[in-house]
Amino acid sequence: MSPETKTKIDDLVQQNKIMVFMKGTKLMPQCGFSNNVVQIMNTLGVPFETVDVLADPEVRQGIKEYSDWPTIPQVYLNGEFLGGSDILIKMYQDGNLQEMVEVALAS
Amino acid sequence: MISPDQVESMIKTGLPDAKVAVQDLTGGGDHYQVAIVSSAFEGLSLVKRHQLVYQAVNSAMSSEAIHALSLETNTPSEVAMSGAD
Repeated sequence: MSPETKTKIDDLVQQNKIMVFMKGTKLMPQCGFSNNVVQIMNTLGVPFETVDVLADPEVRQGIKEYSDWPTIPQVYLNGEFLGGSDILIKMYQDGNLQEMVEVALAS
Repeated sequence: MISPDQVESMIKTGLPDAKVAVQDLTGGGDHYQVAIVSSAFEGLSLVKRHQLVYQAVNSAMSSEAIHALSLETNTPSEVAMSGAD
């Protein structure tokens, strides 16, 4: 990953409390797993930012190294890697996600 | 693409005590759902658990032989508590 890409990802995850790296956009997700994450965030009714990795090959590859995680989507909360689609679904079902998001947004 | 048996054996190479149930979601050999029970997950967050599995199947992920991998990771004691197997 180039230093420029790392800086770009650093900025994205630090400047946005909830940052989702996904395939497609909020309105037009291009993958079922990315769509899962968008639907969960919409259900929680919280503000979140997204990056379409299909439009940015550098970030698409870079984010996998950045978080040591081989798949998209990836969710960051307050700069911390939270997980991908499976983890978000499980946390949502367990009720942990709502709590973590509320705490993060209040900080 | 890759066979369910290959997925299972890759995971067992990385996590020798694992009980692995592999489901091919589309029949195409590249979208898999895998349930894994291993004592190696004890005390680890979900992120760390999934990273352990990803490391075991790393070559198949990076070659894109596996396009999508949905994971369920539990420890033997979690399975015992839930009453399911």
